[in-house]
Amino acid sequence: MITDQKRISRQRYKYFLISLPFVVFVLAFSYIPLFGWVYSFFNYSPALRLSQMQFVGWDKFAQIYAERTEVYRVLKNTLAMSFLTILTAPLPMIIAMFLNEIRQSRFRKWIQTTTTLPHFISWIVVFSLAFSIFSSGGLYNSLLQLFHLDVPMIGLLGNNAATWFFQLGLGIWKSLGWGMIIYIAAIAGIDSELYEAARIDGAGKFGLMRHITLPGLAPTFFVLLLLSVSNLLNNGFDQYFVFYNSMVADKIEVLDFYVYKMAWLVNDYSYATLLGMLKSVLSLILLFSVNYLSKKTRGESLI
Amino acid sequence: MNLQQKSSIPERLFDGFNYFFMALLSLVCLYPFYYVLIYSISDPRLAAKGIYLWPEHFTLSSYTQILKLGTVPHAFLVSTEKTVIFTALCVYFSTMFAYLLTKREMLYRKLIYRFIVASMYLNAGLIPWYITMRTYGLKDNFLLYIIPGVINAFYIILIKTYIEQIPSSLEESAQMDGAGFLTIYNRIILPLSKPIVATIAVYAAVGCWNNWMDNYFLVNDPKLQTIQLILYNYLNQATSLAQSAAQEAGSTMRVRVSPETIKMTITVISVLPIVLVYPFLQRNFIKGIMLGAVKG
Repeated sequence: MITDQKRISRQRYKYFLISLPFVVFVLAFSYIPLFGWVYSFFNYSPALRLSQMQFVGWDKFAQIYAERTEVYRVLKNTLAMSFLTILTAPLPMIIAMFLNEIRQSRFRKWIQTTTTLPHFISWIVVFSLAFSIFSSGGLYNSLLQLFHLDVPMIGLLGNNAATWFFQLGLGIWKSLGWGMIIYIAAIAGIDSELYEAARIDGAGKFGLMRHITLPGLAPTFFVLLLLSVSNLLNNGFDQYFVFYNSMVADKIEVLDFYVYKMAWLVNDYSYATLLGMLKSVLSLILLFSVNYLSKKTRGESLI
Repeated sequence: MNLQQKSSIPERLFDGFNYFFMALLSLVCLYPFYYVLIYSISDPRLAAKGIYLWPEHFTLSSYTQILKLGTVPHAFLVSTEKTVIFTALCVYFSTMFAYLLTKREMLYRKLIYRFIVASMYLNAGLIPWYITMRTYGLKDNFLLYIIPGVINAFYIILIKTYIEQIPSSLEESAQMDGAGFLTIYNRIILPLSKPIVATIAVYAAVGCWNNWMDNYFLVNDPKLQTIQLILYNYLNQATSLAQSAAQEAGSTMRVRVSPETIKMTITVISVLPIVLVYPFLQRNFIKGIMLGAVKG
């Protein structure tokens, strides 16, 4: 017994010591960068040390107010993209339900394989594909010509009015199949006895879909919905960066792009740092709020 | 069989519509890839007039031109190298850390686990990230592609959930035989975790292959350019590339390359590895995301 206890207490330290390098690693790459937030309060210059930089206090916060028209426009784009994405959130669930109704398993697998493929390519490749189809010399225009239809003056890539919806469509194209997987997994987890019971009660295909499958998927949908609410401010950077061009600039600049623009193109590093910091902090607050909401309504936390 | 007898007319209509709709969906997802492929292997002049279903006047001239150019094959090698090294290290060390975190007797285990999970929700932002990487000496450094992502909190949660299901009796008997930590990890835990390790390897490899932001922001060295960034640059300046390709092709009169064909060709090259490994690994996805759904 004594030797056993000794062994266990030795292991307590042994495992801890082996873990230490990993902990230091996470500290170095996830936590240390947070110290960079202090640059929000200084006039950052790449050539200087922090002690040499000019302390500006809340000046950069005032700058947000000074550039409020710009910030307002960027926030509008950000929230528009987020809300449009949330509005289309039921799509993967509905299509997963439809796919579940297909009896031939080989066809089903084929659909799943092909629709998931876009998830695994980079936004740069998506841009390339979109360019080959929607640019002025692209497939779309040559198809229009083939059928002697009017070719629009401006292609979709440069169409300012359609920007939000075009980007939304690209987002759906890329994520639909991947989004379906989680629902397909959830459908597989629904108790088959429920279906049996409903069938005995005389439910047809539509009845089963409406009264068994749909309620069975609701919890998953709700969790994903809450998570997407917590990501209201995070549209991602890649998509808007690669599809950016001067014709659609005012509609495509989301918060993540704006941070990049202020840092890389305007070279206002402190302002960009501040914006990034505010975005992260607000996102955390949103996350804790939806988590609280989830605990209250479902009795389960998200994180 | 019973079901089919029962299906009503609306249900059969629905089935028909469903098959049609799914086939259409599949086509929408696949066709852009196919289009780019047939464009890249068609005669540029005929392709520019419009091709839809099959290549016109099959030629591989754009591929041979790009191979001669040197930058694309080199970037392809850099991307392959970083992806292979990163995937191996990420899987090995993330799994090891996840395994450690399953050890109930470990000192401060809960605290460490929370510390790791919390790191997922922290995002310092572009500038702090840039400054930190530069401070660590990772600017213009191949290790930038490898090191920062090796320990991934999300993967660790997935792997930990999996390892917790492995019966501890195997491990205990190995311990009795005097096997050390690394022996147990390499010989028992790693082989037993194969399904989740395979899933994580796909995530890690695809993520690494597709990543270009580190390259864009922190690497200027032309020798370290990855295929994704090369593609991005060429998409924005394909004309100049086609010119240099045409110059190199100068001696052989028959070879024609157009900017569009060049773009399509590099796109095909940068997607090819993913498409090739994709069908073999796709069956693991559901398993992986199921595990993710438990905690994610």
